[in-house]
Amino acid sequence: MDERELTGLIAQVHTGALSRRRFTQMMIALGLTAPMASQMLGGAAAYAQTKSTYAPTKRGGGGPLKVLWWQSPTLLNPHFATGTKDQDGSRIFYEPLAAFDPDGNLAPILAAEIPSLQNGAVAKDGKSVTWKLKKNVTWHDGKPFTADDIVFNWEYAADPATAATTVSSYKDIARIDKIDSHTVKITFKNPTPFWSDAFCGYRGMILPKHVFEAFKGGKSREAPANLKPIGTGAYKFVDFKPGDIVRGELNPNYHMPNRPHFDTIEMKGGGDAVSAGRAVVQTGEYDYAWNMQVEEEIMKRMEQGGRGKFETSPSGNIEHIQCNQTDPWKEVDGERSSVKAPHPFLTDPAVRQALSLLVDRGSVHEEIYGRGGQTTANFLNAPSKYASKANKAEFNVEKASQILEAAGWKKGADGVRAKDGKRLKMVYQTSINAPRQKTQAIIKQAAAKAGIELELKSITASVFFSSDAANPDIYSRFSTDIQMYTTTQASPDPQTFMEQFASWEVANKENKYQGRNITRWRNEDYDKLFKAAESELDPVKRAALFIRMNDMAIQNVVVVPVIWRTKVQAVSSRLKGVEISGWDNDTAQLFNWYKA
Amino acid sequence: MSRYVVRRLVIMIPVIFGISLVLFMILALAPGDPFEELATNPNVPPEVRMNLRAQFGLDDPVPVRYVRWLTSMVRGDWGFSFVSRVDVVTLILQRLPTSLFVLGSAQLLGLLIALPIGTFSALRPYSIFDQVATTFAFIGFSLPTFFTGLVFILVFSLTLDWLPFIYRADIADTGWRWWWQHARQAIMPVAVLGLFQGATLTRFVRSAVLDVIRLDYVNTARAKGLSEGATVVKHVVRNALIPVVTLVALQIPAIFTGAVITEQIFRIPGIGSLLISSILANDTPVIMAITFVFSCLVVIFNLVADLLYGWLDPRISYR
Repeated sequence: MDERELTGLIAQVHTGALSRRRFTQMMIALGLTAPMASQMLGGAAAYAQTKSTYAPTKRGGGGPLKVLWWQSPTLLNPHFATGTKDQDGSRIFYEPLAAFDPDGNLAPILAAEIPSLQNGAVAKDGKSVTWKLKKNVTWHDGKPFTADDIVFNWEYAADPATAATTVSSYKDIARIDKIDSHTVKITFKNPTPFWSDAFCGYRGMILPKHVFEAFKGGKSREAPANLKPIGTGAYKFVDFKPGDIVRGELNPNYHMPNRPHFDTIEMKGGGDAVSAGRAVVQTGEYDYAWNMQVEEEIMKRMEQGGRGKFETSPSGNIEHIQCNQTDPWKEVDGERSSVKAPHPFLTDPAVRQALSLLVDRGSVHEEIYGRGGQTTANFLNAPSKYASKANKAEFNVEKASQILEAAGWKKGADGVRAKDGKRLKMVYQTSINAPRQKTQAIIKQAAAKAGIELELKSITASVFFSSDAANPDIYSRFSTDIQMYTTTQASPDPQTFMEQFASWEVANKENKYQGRNITRWRNEDYDKLFKAAESELDPVKRAALFIRMNDMAIQNVVVVPVIWRTKVQAVSSRLKGVEISGWDNDTAQLFNWYKA
Repeated sequence: MSRYVVRRLVIMIPVIFGISLVLFMILALAPGDPFEELATNPNVPPEVRMNLRAQFGLDDPVPVRYVRWLTSMVRGDWGFSFVSRVDVVTLILQRLPTSLFVLGSAQLLGLLIALPIGTFSALRPYSIFDQVATTFAFIGFSLPTFFTGLVFILVFSLTLDWLPFIYRADIADTGWRWWWQHARQAIMPVAVLGLFQGATLTRFVRSAVLDVIRLDYVNTARAKGLSEGATVVKHVVRNALIPVVTLVALQIPAIFTGAVITEQIFRIPGIGSLLISSILANDTPVIMAITFVFSCLVVIFNLVADLLYGWLDPRISYR
């Protein structure tokens, strides 16, 4: 890369054709450090960057914006959303106080400023936070947005009778005081390091009090506005057909200057990911498509036309293999994989160590996932401040064999190792999904070379991921030796994510397999670290605690990370200003999108 | 005749009841849960899902749920979608016009192709025209619609860039632009389904006409000096149509359920795609409503076809 190319790239960043993030990634790939890369760009402040790329100087005039969601929204109340699709659809009309940017930091939307310890809005004891709201924000029906709406949303979502899917973000709030018409003070029951869980990102979208007031608790599902949202967003509601289409039009009173650019928005659903990608990248019929689970080969071929590109953004989701710490083949008190029966050989560290050396992450990345993932040695990868540097991913059949040999596992006549009459034969299960079956095959081959026999099992996704406690094939019952799937990290704060190794979360018959500790690994030190992180308010110390937790899970090989997934989306080359965050909805920054 | 109709209608009641029972049991026994997505989401506490299951009555025993469903169905209440929390009727009515339009046009196109070509082939059997028509008909019904659909998209959308391959039921334009947009996006799906239908029907029409054309009364008509056109239209085709009418009548219920695969390929928001997405989401009330209405239509149109027989061919009578 010569100087002229570099200046060209910098110019592209300034005009918004290239995101700062991608530029930095490219520079890091060239061997530069991230701070150096941002210095080259003139070091604008982190919050200003999204604003600086927005070029239009007036509101509207952009024509229609057409986006494809191959799984389409089925309802438009963010507190009832059962999946990303519903949240993405709701986010066109509703907004939170602040959004999470790609690095997991907050960017103000309906808030006038972001609370922090420095500006005194976050209490030193972590028990309260004060939000100042933007003034002059109106709902789509003309009523003003005030502190009352914030108080109402807490009451609405925290009420168990509402059965809101967002309840976990609101139930630990003790009370919300209205300081003045545009200031609220949120008081938590306990010290809360992740105070931005409520009212931020996709669990923080705010409903208007005057519309939903009559439909709280048990009556919540009768609200007509569940299907006809009235929000504060850049686009006003026009039409919604569940499972098919969401339409909106420009909000002439939007609270951000010169925004939005498009006169109408249409979110069309249905079909499959590949053809959605085609409609954006190959034919240009649509401008944007969400969640592109498409093979690398096909993506490259589609991109040749030059009408669009597949872009990626990091998330915290991790495809990983779990090692069952309990015996899945022995029934104790009517329960398989019970903590009362330890696994006959997966409890031997040597076996788990060997297993982790037999996962060929490089091949899985290159042959299967392509830009849909990155290789990693960690379970907790993002945001980058939580990523441990202590581990390295290694694929080494030789070394795995040595470890097993040293631990007394000797190869038998059939090539499978055994010790004290126990053969190293494991059942390896996952859901039916082409990349997963390919991964299984790669690992099975390597394991056979080292003397471990893997029997592959694949289960229909709708059964594997179901909550039907009576079905032994569900992932949370874990009725096999090892299993593989992707765990999602839903928020930039890893607390909930890391709770899946805590001993009180063990999934068992008693809690109808609702517990989130699927491996049934129990470790007192881990529990102590977790408890400490729960109330640690110093962000640096807290990050260090999570890194140690990750290292414990990795070094004890409770899980073997396979691939760190990225979000992939198809973006038309005419569409600018698209910056997708792995911590928020694809539609979170819709107001910044425009066509050049 | 009317006694026959009444008897058939009475027999229908246990049949439909049996169908509903079987459908309900299969759905109740199938694994899965409409709130599955919540189960794998760490931020949703399990109580929320339990609460929703209780609210929607999913925890009650199956017989209780069946009786509840049956009584409300009898009262005309089709239930409530678990996934979108909308009345099932509303969901179906939103989708029905699109399905009717696309499948109706396809059925019409099929008939328009099959009638002239089938008749003409039969009038000159084993001529070059017949050979060509037969070849195309075989190709037509051997190729599944999901294949022809993709080929059409490849040729007309990706290579030639003439037609859109994403169907939108509500187009914001008005006036002639609205009509133009609708026609343009409907060309490919209607052609895919229509050509498939047409190919099958052509074979039917051809053999039906061949059967009739050899009969004595046709020779008589010719002998008494009727023109060839009048003989064919008035005497041959009319009688040959009897089996074709039955076939078409039996296909009408299929228009209601939509063309599942074609709708998926072109993203047509019809009943078929609603059925598929409901099955994937375990949205039992919607699946139940669609499959149940479909079975009722099949039963009813069987009767209609039988009655049409009697009307077209007075020799057949019912007692």
